Amino acid sequence: MIPEIGHFALILALCVALVQGILPIYGAAVGNSALMAVAKPAARTQFLLVLTAFGCLAYAFADKDFSVLYVAATSNSQLPLHYRLAAIWGAHEGSLLLWTFILTIWMFAVTLFSTHLPDTMRSRILGVMGLVSVGFLLFMLSVSNPFERLIPAAPEGRDLNPLLQDPGMVIHPPMLYMGYVGFSVAFAFALAALLGGNLDAAWARWSRPWTTVAWCFLTVGIAMGSGWAYYELGWGGWWFWDPVENASFMPWLAGTALVHSLAVTDKRGGFKVWTVLLAIMAFSLSLLGTFLVRSGVLTSVHAFATDPKRGMFILAFLAVVIGGSLLLYAWRAPRVGLGGSFSVLSREGLLLANNVLLVAAMGSVLLGTLYPLFLDALDLGKISVGPPYFDSVFVPLMTPALFLIGVGPLAQWKQAALPDLAKRLRWAFGVSIATAVALPFALGTWTPLLSLGLLLAVWIFSTAVVGVRERVGHVAGDGYVARLAGVPRSYWGMLLAHCGIAVFIVGVTMVKGFETEQDVRMNVGETATIGGYTFRFDGVQDVMGPNYTAARGTFHIIKDGRETAVMYPEKRRYTAQNQVMTEAAIDTGFLRDLYVSLGEPLDDGAWSVRLYHKPFIDWIWGGCLLMALGGVVAVSDRRYRPAWRREPQTVPAGARLASRQIA
Amino acid sequence: MIWLALIALLLFTPSAWAGEARPLGDDPAVEERLKHLAVELRCLVCQNQTLADSNAPLAEDLRREVREMIVKNMSDKEIIDFLVSRYGDFVLYRPPLKSTTTLLWVGPFVLLVGGGIALVVALKRRGRKVADAAITEEEHRRVEQLLSEGVKRS
Repeated sequence: MIPEIGHFALILALCVALVQGILPIYGAAVGNSALMAVAKPAARTQFLLVLTAFGCLAYAFADKDFSVLYVAATSNSQLPLHYRLAAIWGAHEGSLLLWTFILTIWMFAVTLFSTHLPDTMRSRILGVMGLVSVGFLLFMLSVSNPFERLIPAAPEGRDLNPLLQDPGMVIHPPMLYMGYVGFSVAFAFALAALLGGNLDAAWARWSRPWTTVAWCFLTVGIAMGSGWAYYELGWGGWWFWDPVENASFMPWLAGTALVHSLAVTDKRGGFKVWTVLLAIMAFSLSLLGTFLVRSGVLTSVHAFATDPKRGMFILAFLAVVIGGSLLLYAWRAPRVGLGGSFSVLSREGLLLANNVLLVAAMGSVLLGTLYPLFLDALDLGKISVGPPYFDSVFVPLMTPALFLIGVGPLAQWKQAALPDLAKRLRWAFGVSIATAVALPFALGTWTPLLSLGLLLAVWIFSTAVVGVRERVGHVAGDGYVARLAGVPRSYWGMLLAHCGIAVFIVGVTMVKGFETEQDVRMNVGETATIGGYTFRFDGVQDVMGPNYTAARGTFHIIKDGRETAVMYPEKRRYTAQNQVMTEAAIDTGFLRDLYVSLGEPLDDGAWSVRLYHKPFIDWIWGGCLLMALGGVVAVSDRRYRPAWRREPQTVPAGARLASRQIA
Repeated sequence: MIWLALIALLLFTPSAWAGEARPLGDDPAVEERLKHLAVELRCLVCQNQTLADSNAPLAEDLRREVREMIVKNMSDKEIIDFLVSRYGDFVLYRPPLKSTTTLLWVGPFVLLVGGGIALVVALKRRGRKVADAAITEEEHRRVEQLLSEGVKRS
């Protein structure tokens, strides 16, 4: 009964979404305020309906209702409750429900925080989001229904892929989707502005916080996915340029470009057309990501679905969304004004250059991801495009962009002078060069990439210091602290995000340059030394998990004669599907990770063991978190607050004006 | 006394002195070269894993074969040519440059150069068109009004 309620709620949600997608947009076009007023209640109703459906599916999982096909396919009676709930997004159908649910959450948020928007704008935004929702609901109801029954019911479920039975997997997909789908708000804002023909600075300021919040979620989501791959896949890598990873990275690159371009549109009124295009691009890439991962067109670690019907639907949907929005763009964009003038060397010019680099990088990732698919489809042979390709293409594209991080924030709007910039940046430049040359020698190895990485990281840090010093010089106030407090939060946010990139670069550079690994055969009591740490293997014990049995190894870690840690890597056998998983043990630290992964049992109690010493690896994720934190700080800036923290208006503007005149 | 006994036990338990673990491979130099090669090769039965990372039995076999070729003193190029002749380009994570992959290798730099040129041209054209009227005072006022007053337009 409960699954049928969920199914029915989805059907109702589709009806509401159709109403929400058609009436308000039409109303805005003809100026009918009654029709426009439909948008808000429709969006909220849709949210409640999809919430109901989501709750029903969650209930079916909690209740172990194996008469629901999806539940039977992705869970098992032995699976603990939290993983059963996470199994909602463990495969295709449920992921789409999550996608739609998150879309309605964003819609609901728009209805809450848009009281200051003109009615036409708000109804168009919600209308566009309603149309996107129509696509997804239609998709679920036609070819991918999570509530489909399995009659007779299966006595036992097939279990969730053991790779996904992990706390990281519980939160990674919702985070990622919050980001993906969050770009739908920026997209809806852009289309609403195109429809209304009012692409002005106000539009940019309104959509800025939404875009930044979505970008933060996406950043955290990608970082968590990468962290999950690091500790769960058991071979110590953190980014594989796997198509599924690329699928989330492309919207991130476009979104990053969008965040920067919106800044110019907001502050200087420039780049409007380009900003709109980027908003369309970021959301289209989010859809493309969903398509790539969910249609089965790729076969990789994360891609589960293989069903051409679904692929065709998403492809058609993609064509309608991207094609439609680009048509609208081509029709309306030429009418948009140009904004203020600026010279090539100015903050605008540098931000535009950063945009070109980010978009070129995004294009390369897209090319590398889709190229093998196209070659295969055209029967021109099967090739693999992997890390060596992406590394050799990505580094030269990103290096100038990273260099610009140091210059852009210091350049003046409109027109900057090269001699002046050079003078202000010479100390930062000197420090960076000196560090890049000296530090690798001090650490004992020199490679060009090591120097380049350190150069860029120190460059970003030191230019940030220059920036803060100049800022503080310009702000009024007594004393240093008071002046620091006078610097707006959006500036701190930007700085924090940029320093996050520097921290990230340090992590990547140090791991690439100094990580060490050993494949050893270890008997009980034997030791192996790596990176100054001695690992002593104290044998393997059998342990029972809730739905697996495991061989758990014990390793004592000794440094300078003192025991610093005990690590327990496992080799698990999940009983439901008889799958073997390697569960690595990681000892995390600020400056290094130790990583032990059990291989195979050899004769007479010995095991093959892989040991890693990974310096600075946690800086990679730390950097991503700093970037996201920077976004949060920027959004909390005072300039957005009047728009965000306002009580809904109850008094008509005229009456209020009158009361103010009396007062 | 008990402590002394325990320490003595620890010191003289054979396992505590069992010594250094042996590397899996016999010759570290061979292993080093194997790793260098294997990170750029694809495990053919895995979904998307390098030969170095994979634990699949076939990857194990292939690693053994590559190890044997290294021991036979074949050059990297000879080994890769052999693998390509047997498995095709699919085995290489760094696609070779040939007619079908030209676009793949040239594309990113075309994008970059094209983007750069487009940027400069667009800025030049724009510079000619735009009179210096960034955001007018009037517009500024309207934005501030919209954002702070929440005036509803319809």
